[in-house]
Amino acid sequence: MKLSIRHTSRYVFDAPVRGVVQNQRLFPALCGSQRVLQWSVNTPGATKGACFRDSAGDWVETVSIRGPVKTVEVQVTGEVETTDTAGVLRDHAEQVVPSVYLRSTRQTAADAALQALTHEALEPAGTQPLARAHALAGAVAEAIAYKPGETEAHTTAAEALSGGIGVCQDHAHALIACAHVADIPARYVTGYLQADADGQVHEASHAWAELFVEDLGWVGFDPANQCCPDERYVRLGSGYDAQDAAPIRGLVQGGTPAEHLEVEVTVSRHQQQQQ
Amino acid sequence: MTDTGIYNEMHQNGGISAAYRNLDQWLDTMPADLRSLKQSEAEALFRRVGITFAVYGEGGDPERLIPFDMFPRVFTDREWRKLDRGIRQRAAALNAFLADVYGRREIIRAGRIPEHLVTRNEAFEKTAVGFRPPRDVYSHIVGIDLVRTGPDQFYVLEDNCRTPSGVSYMLQNREIMMRMFPQLFVENRIAPVDGYARLLKKTLASVAPEKCEGEPQIAILTPGQFNSAYYEHSFLADLMGVDLVEGQDLFVEGDFVWEKTTEGPRKVDVIYRRIDDAFLDPLCFRPDSMLGVPGLMSVYRSGGVNICSCPGAGVADDKAIYTYVPDMIRFYLGEEPILDNVPTWQCAKEDDCKYVLDNLADLVVKEVHGSGGYGMLVGPKSDKSTIEAFAAKIRENPGNYIAQPTLALSACPTFVEEGIAPRHVDLRPYCLVGEKIELVPGGLTRVALTEGSLVVNSSQGGGVKDTWVLAE
Amino acid sequence: MLSRHADHLFWMTRYIERAETTARLLEVGARNALLPDISGGFRNDWDAVLQASGSVDAFLQKYGDVVQRNVETHLFFDQDNPSSVMSCLSAARENARVVRTALTASVWDAINTSYQELRQFQRTERSKFQLTDLTEWTRRTAYLVRGAITGTQLRDDGYHFMGLGASIERADNTARLIDVKYYVLLPSVSYVGSGLDQSQWATLLRSMSALGAYNWTYSGDITASKIADLLILNRKFPRSLVTSVEQSCEHLDSLARGYGSSTDAQAAARGLYAELADAQVQDIFEEGLHDFLGRMQSLNADMAQKVQAAYLQGLPA
Repeated sequence: MKLSIRHTSRYVFDAPVRGVVQNQRLFPALCGSQRVLQWSVNTPGATKGACFRDSAGDWVETVSIRGPVKTVEVQVTGEVETTDTAGVLRDHAEQVVPSVYLRSTRQTAADAALQALTHEALEPAGTQPLARAHALAGAVAEAIAYKPGETEAHTTAAEALSGGIGVCQDHAHALIACAHVADIPARYVTGYLQADADGQVHEASHAWAELFVEDLGWVGFDPANQCCPDERYVRLGSGYDAQDAAPIRGLVQGGTPAEHLEVEVTVSRHQQQQQ
Repeated sequence: MTDTGIYNEMHQNGGISAAYRNLDQWLDTMPADLRSLKQSEAEALFRRVGITFAVYGEGGDPERLIPFDMFPRVFTDREWRKLDRGIRQRAAALNAFLADVYGRREIIRAGRIPEHLVTRNEAFEKTAVGFRPPRDVYSHIVGIDLVRTGPDQFYVLEDNCRTPSGVSYMLQNREIMMRMFPQLFVENRIAPVDGYARLLKKTLASVAPEKCEGEPQIAILTPGQFNSAYYEHSFLADLMGVDLVEGQDLFVEGDFVWEKTTEGPRKVDVIYRRIDDAFLDPLCFRPDSMLGVPGLMSVYRSGGVNICSCPGAGVADDKAIYTYVPDMIRFYLGEEPILDNVPTWQCAKEDDCKYVLDNLADLVVKEVHGSGGYGMLVGPKSDKSTIEAFAAKIRENPGNYIAQPTLALSACPTFVEEGIAPRHVDLRPYCLVGEKIELVPGGLTRVALTEGSLVVNSSQGGGVKDTWVLAE
Repeated sequence: MLSRHADHLFWMTRYIERAETTARLLEVGARNALLPDISGGFRNDWDAVLQASGSVDAFLQKYGDVVQRNVETHLFFDQDNPSSVMSCLSAARENARVVRTALTASVWDAINTSYQELRQFQRTERSKFQLTDLTEWTRRTAYLVRGAITGTQLRDDGYHFMGLGASIERADNTARLIDVKYYVLLPSVSYVGSGLDQSQWATLLRSMSALGAYNWTYSGDITASKIADLLILNRKFPRSLVTSVEQSCEHLDSLARGYGSSTDAQAAARGLYAELADAQVQDIFEEGLHDFLGRMQSLNADMAQKVQAAYLQGLPA
């Protein structure tokens, strides 16, 4: 499937700031399920700085903007050709071994309820690693209903579970937490998702989790949509949690003004030109 | 050895050891009143140059002095040569280990060290994986804490691969002794230590990143004047003739890190940081860090700057890894360790834990990630209820503790209220790793000033001594 | 050098200078309080001193009664008052401590030892001090620090930032001290030229260590125009406005030479200096002394702002 992506993030400050520095992980991962046809990331007014491919295979660019500045806009456009690999991350070059992703953070720490959820889900699942991973993803999807606007960027997995509602970030955190309880390496993945015409799919700028499944490697699970990533998904980068994997992580210098973020994302199937 | 089993470095069986021979006469020339005069002179000198030490979280005078004992700690050339070889060997192995665990992981694949001890370690840094710092050196200043229990028996207590502190005391103690007792330095051939700053600068310059052309610009990154070691940071910056910067003095733009100077931005090539990994870059680690530089890690990873010690170096000095250092030496260097480890029980292992719990009264128990002498139990010095409370903590989280036998730390003559008395001492030499591995003959001797105490940490009432290595 | 270090050096000397000015203000007040009031009894001139130090409201809120003992506490020991001698010297030492290694041992010693003495005063019974003990001690401290700087510091950029801090602060303080006398102290124009007027001027001169200089330079009655000439326009007098601004120019020129480029700050300093160098006493009085001094203070502050932007923030625009 050919997907066209337009993604604009506009940061508006209520007072001019002296400068802004951002780490951007806005480039599609190099892996078997996707091929970049065209891609550009543009931050008007910014000095492009150090770039590198990090240990987990993500392309990271650091940009800096000297103020005074009141608005910073990051514009992403591109085209990606995708194929369905049933969620399996193939041909992805990375150097971090899976056991590193057994580490929990504040947002992916499991409390008693997450532990209980894990054990309940795994009991009927048997010993087959892939089945266990599916069982966890299913349990999380069931325990946390999708409802936007109720949780915050800093909400933890435990808080989301106790509230019973959340967005894709909360689902991913909860699944990672459960996986850790089961001693399965798990990580947070960001990317784009093409919305279907029937409106079933939430959040074009998306996040899900990858669990390390023996014999298969890393496999994506999207509890928010109760599926594994397929050809509608474009994978960007990964990390321990939402903060660590954030596509844009920035810091404002000189003052702590109120910040307002406007995001526009469209992911659409590429229209074939008819001869 | 005396009948107490404690090795007195100066007096044995009525005789005086070679190292301290000349100091016996020196003592005769020092009546009590002259001694107290000299002692207050020394204190005034310390106060004057501003060497003070802030104690973590204890309140009180933030500018109190660290007690200085005028009686020096002495090693003969022969004794030092063994230590010197042993320390270099250890520093080389620790760096080889770091390059390996962030690279090919051979020691893990060979089954010599369990993977989880490395990858699940708090100090293990995901961002460091696969990146090769200049010259493959991760820990540029390695502080090795040593204790002595007999004429030829030294043990390594712990390794410090991040940013070991205290070297300013090593240098200042010597300065003050030379100023107060010049005659001693005429009568004894004492190897100088004042080359340390030059060596440190050379070491840091030798690990400049690829993109640096010409003379590298070096800076020391400090958390600021309220840090307990701020004095040391400014002292070293001054001796090396490099800038002492805080995070707010640096910024990232383009491919490099820049200092804000009165003449505009100036590129920095090597940062000797005295802040923890977690605070280095708020875009990579703790987002609330005000001490670091946003974007620093990206410049580091893309070869625009070097950070000493490298982020993630702490995984080598963890107390759980410590037990494997002798194996590392054999694995990477193909040599037998010159310096011994203290026998260590790991509470994470079931058998070890049982032994530790059964023998708490005879053991020293430490937290795996602790430092500064906090959160430890000294069995023989603790009462029953303290021991029981500690046992409960171990049972709750055994993986967090290791235990060692209480060593009979050697004692060195020390000036006390009543005159001269033996007090327990340890030693921290500072090994520099860059293009070469070098160390100055000496180190920081810490002394437990309380009679019988084994805790030498300056945060808990320890003092310091000048440390001599006698030249041949 | 690091911009932040330059900033600390700049403020270190500014605070030393400010401590000295506060002490001089205290002297003016104490001396004037000894002068007989026109309407009989003794005048209370402490109001004027507080007004000049810009801390009337804070004082009234904390102490209420305007009596010498309270003013002394407020201006000397009170750490809630940012321009008290105690606050200024603490701030000077804090700034010095951060840039310890940029200072010679003598300069650090001078500042640190003074600070330790001051803390000692704090712990001493107040009745043991005369006000003059305190003010003279403060002046001596300032001389000591200045002497140590002049005598031992390398003439590098750091030295010029120290010098600049001192000269900018001094220009401001001189203008402020003259203004107290002229605008604040005298209740109405009818007193001008009276005996009280004469005594007040003499006190002002004394507080600026300028009485001798005045007597050598001018003869006859002390008049406002002669005073203005000495304290504003006389290039031989070390605390005059013109001398202070000239010093700012010299330090800025040295910086520009060393760095091989000039900034807005040099231009601002030169402009201010040119105006003072050309000024005549008559012009000043035509404009009104108070207005003139106010304008000079704001031009001086503007120059300080430009120094800040060009050198001390590290990111020239």
